[in-house]
Amino acid sequence: MASLKELRNRISSVKATQKITRAMQMVAASKLRRAQDAAISARPYAERMSLVLANLAAGVAGQDGAPALLSGTGKEDTHLLIVATAERGLCGGFNASIAKLAKERALALKAEGKTVKILCVGRKGGDLLKRDFEADMLETVTYQGLKSVGFEQAQEVATQVLALFETEAFDVCTLYYSEFVNVITQIPKELQIIPAHLDEDSTLDLGGAAYDYEPEETEILDALLPRNISIQILRALLENAASEQGARMSAMDNATRNAGEMIDSLTITYNRSRQAQITKELIEIISGAEAL
Amino acid sequence: MSDRLTFDMVSPEKHLFSAEVDVVTVPGSEGDFGVLANHSPMMSVLRPGIVLVEDGGTTTRYFVQGGFADVTPDGLTILAEQALAVDGDDKDALQDAVTQARSRVEAETDEQKKAEAETVLRVLEEIL
Repeated sequence: MASLKELRNRISSVKATQKITRAMQMVAASKLRRAQDAAISARPYAERMSLVLANLAAGVAGQDGAPALLSGTGKEDTHLLIVATAERGLCGGFNASIAKLAKERALALKAEGKTVKILCVGRKGGDLLKRDFEADMLETVTYQGLKSVGFEQAQEVATQVLALFETEAFDVCTLYYSEFVNVITQIPKELQIIPAHLDEDSTLDLGGAAYDYEPEETEILDALLPRNISIQILRALLENAASEQGARMSAMDNATRNAGEMIDSLTITYNRSRQAQITKELIEIISGAEAL
Repeated sequence: MSDRLTFDMVSPEKHLFSAEVDVVTVPGSEGDFGVLANHSPMMSVLRPGIVLVEDGGTTTRYFVQGGFADVTPDGLTILAEQALAVDGDDKDALQDAVTQARSRVEAETDEQKKAEAETVLRVLEEIL
């Protein structure tokens, strides 16, 4: 059995760990509020955007000369996977679950003989995927030291993606992120952004009236499509930020509780061995006295 | 049928406005247009300018940096890239936008982008 001193050291080290995890949980909880507000307020815009786009696309569908961002390049040989993850770990399965989803998809695509390229947004995703897909990784965009992601960051990524698309570096682009449902639940999601994936059912019934466009349909589409990509990326980043804090909060809550349990059981062991030692010393004294 | 227009304005950061109003005047890229209830469906690109929301005799002004307006049978939706209330609490943000536009006018080398920034600046200076 470990000596009393060793046990005391164990207990104090677990206590220190518990202090850290508790602090991290509280920090995550306070950051979560802001991140959650941002994610939720970004939703209407992104949803409206998809709706508007779906309406427009329904009108243009089937016509020649539809923008490539909408109709695709006509082939599906090269896939670009944008994997959006957190900058930091210690947030439960958050990063791993996104990376896992992307990894499965990448392997499936490779099995079909397609080329896969990976663009990581966030350091952790890059670290996780590097082992298996180092050759396919284009770049890892990191936001180290940045307090919160915003439209600017999304725009940067979007510009990069669009530039790649224009040089025909890929045909299909899919975005991986984690949707924030609540503190306990975050669902890793994939979303195809190029060619724009549109929900057919979401088109509005105009009651027979035709849409007026100002300026021309195609002109609007040209302006709207690149914008839609930035918006979807922004949404993914914001959802991710909220999910990350949520995941970290519950992970740290668990860690704090585990540390508490550990302290309890260590304390019991400590007390028992202290008692045992006292008893042993007493026996020694008594038997020493009896022997006289 | 209701004779009130359901008007929503959303920016990437937040849901700015959602209510029933009388008239909304929108700065379309090819000219301003007013939207009343039961307007025929249309879709327009916005230029930097002022969105006027009129309701029961009061007018609220919003500065929009650009974006899209979508009129459907359900109402009007403005997807604004940046929208700030002119007479409200966004004074500081408006000042920031002016500074930003000014520095862009100076820094931008691309002719088209420079012109864009100048338009923004002109609109902003008009309202301040």
